[in-house]
Amino acid sequence: MTLFLQLLVNGVIVGALYGVVAMSFVLIYKASRIVNFAQGEFLLIGAWTCWWLLTSWHLPFWIGFPITLVFMLVFGVILQVVVLRPMIGEPIISVIMVTIGLSIVFQAAMKWMFGVFAKPFPPIFASPTTNLFGLEVQTVYVVSLGISILIMAGFGWFFKYSRTGLAMRATAFDQQVAQSLGISVRRMFAMSWAISAMVSAVAGVTVGVVNGVSSALSIFGIKVFPAVILGGLDSVIGAVLGGLIVGVLENVAQYVDSQWLNWGNMYEIAPFYVLIAILMIKPYGLFGTKDIERV
Amino acid sequence: MLNTATAAVAAPPVTAAKRLMLSVNNIEVVYNDVILVLRGLSLEVPEGEIVALLGANGAGKSTTLKAISGLLKTEDGEVTRGDITFNGERINGIDPDQIVRKGIFQVMEGRRIIADMTCLENLRLGAYTRRDNGVKDDLDMVFSYFPRLKERTGLAGYLSGGEQQMLAIGRAMMARPKLILMDEPSMGLSPLMVKEVFSIVQQINRDLGVTILLVEQNARMALQAATRGYIMENGKVVLDGTAEELRNNEDVKEFYLGGGNEERKSFKNLKSFKRRKRWI
Ligand SMILES: Nc1ncnc2c1ncn2[C@@H]1O[C@H](COP(=O)(O)OP(=O)(O)OP(=O)(O)O)[C@@H](O)[C@H]1O
Ligand SMILES: [Mg+2]
Repeated sequence: MTLFLQLLVNGVIVGALYGVVAMSFVLIYKASRIVNFAQGEFLLIGAWTCWWLLTSWHLPFWIGFPITLVFMLVFGVILQVVVLRPMIGEPIISVIMVTIGLSIVFQAAMKWMFGVFAKPFPPIFASPTTNLFGLEVQTVYVVSLGISILIMAGFGWFFKYSRTGLAMRATAFDQQVAQSLGISVRRMFAMSWAISAMVSAVAGVTVGVVNGVSSALSIFGIKVFPAVILGGLDSVIGAVLGGLIVGVLENVAQYVDSQWLNWGNMYEIAPFYVLIAILMIKPYGLFGTKDIERV
Repeated sequence: MLNTATAAVAAPPVTAAKRLMLSVNNIEVVYNDVILVLRGLSLEVPEGEIVALLGANGAGKSTTLKAISGLLKTEDGEVTRGDITFNGERINGIDPDQIVRKGIFQVMEGRRIIADMTCLENLRLGAYTRRDNGVKDDLDMVFSYFPRLKERTGLAGYLSGGEQQMLAIGRAMMARPKLILMDEPSMGLSPLMVKEVFSIVQQINRDLGVTILLVEQNARMALQAATRGYIMENGKVVLDGTAEELRNNEDVKEFYLGGGNEERKSFKNLKSFKRRKRWI
């Protein structure tokens, strides 16, 4: 039973990270209707940047991490302006191909720059594990859960109360109306990429601190799909819940497998089974709006 | 008699009372590079007035407003000839979000409020371009004009048509524009609500000193609220004058204000119609 609980807690913690990445994926989708296949690479780039600042420049974490975030903001803006802005008005499929291409290019570039082997972060926390309700959990996981919750609350506040957040929602709702209100749609697109890249990088660094940094990090970009499709492509809350569900499912499936089935690695793709089942019942996801095709 | 201020474009008159705020000079608008919709349209809006722009469906009224607000760009339309001057500055070709910052705000046809936001959020978005700290006071002001909006705390998409129109006007007020372009505010409203909307349009013109260019199907109401009017057909202005002149014009009476036989389909067929060429 303790193992089950342990896996459940793990599921929630990892699921929250999935939720964060899913949120940043939905942010881009909502603002510009682009399905970003390079989301996982944002985690990778963020993690490697932070790792590089900490190991090569010997910066303490609390300096290296903020620099990483600023870098990712700038990176997101440049990516949007240079690569995606010229694609505005092109068919969706072309834009999707571009993001797939970006993902391949980033993967290769990271391997070329940092090698193919996982590299550990220098130790960041004084004690590597913490006791949470009687369970041994890695400190970084507890911190990561805290950060995830903080980011989610931040997103909630941003879209509900901030001027820019409202403007982004308006842009997602109707670009012409947004422009009639004085909102620069182009700027909103760039900002959605910037914030998305930055938030993904937070998840990337967190996972990197736990497992070491390697191209395996970009798996998160794939895991995001069951999460966002569960939650509905255009729902931020749905993305969070979808992420949690995927995280818990994975871990529960692992438990079931280790106790009874012994099928091996099948649990890795358990969320995808559930995804298919749910999509058969609710084609717009659990929280998606039906007029998803509105332009 | 009729408005003949076209010559004033070169040197705007300095008389404060009738200073020209907007002048549209002989513009031609093309959609998708091929569909010619406006063919040499000119009009002028003096500061502080309500000017009505009337015409049949498809005459190009909405296109005219979008040409001024720059929103034409979002529909693949383009001003291919002529110019649009706002307070002495040529504004054609400028992005719509920049034009809002210059003080021109369009209330688009069909309200176009953001359905999945609350009234308050819609109103706050109206003030998006503002950086001053009068926004909170203006919220109170808008709510004092439209007390009903304050009671509706749900999503704006669930408001009635009339309430949505109020919200759309309130949202424009939040921007504190110098000029509001209003596209068919009475569309789809009950007679009582139409009256209310027009009285509010006049009120904000008077109280806030906002100049209004009003596109309407309801010519009777529009010519009562406005100080002057333009009548357009097929992408051109065919008649203009003070609201009073238009109200008393036989052709307008017959064609727009009801009465007369049904045969005449166009101003072109009217004997007494004097086409005024506005080409310079
Ligand atoms: N985005 C567009 N692309 C192509 N043609 C357009 C576009 N918008 C309008 N038109 C055409 O331009 C002409 C004028 O349209 P506009 O909407 O300006 O008319 P209107 O006077 O506002 O009519 P209504 O009273 O029905 O609103 C119409 O023939 C219309 O088909
Ligand atoms: Mg129209």
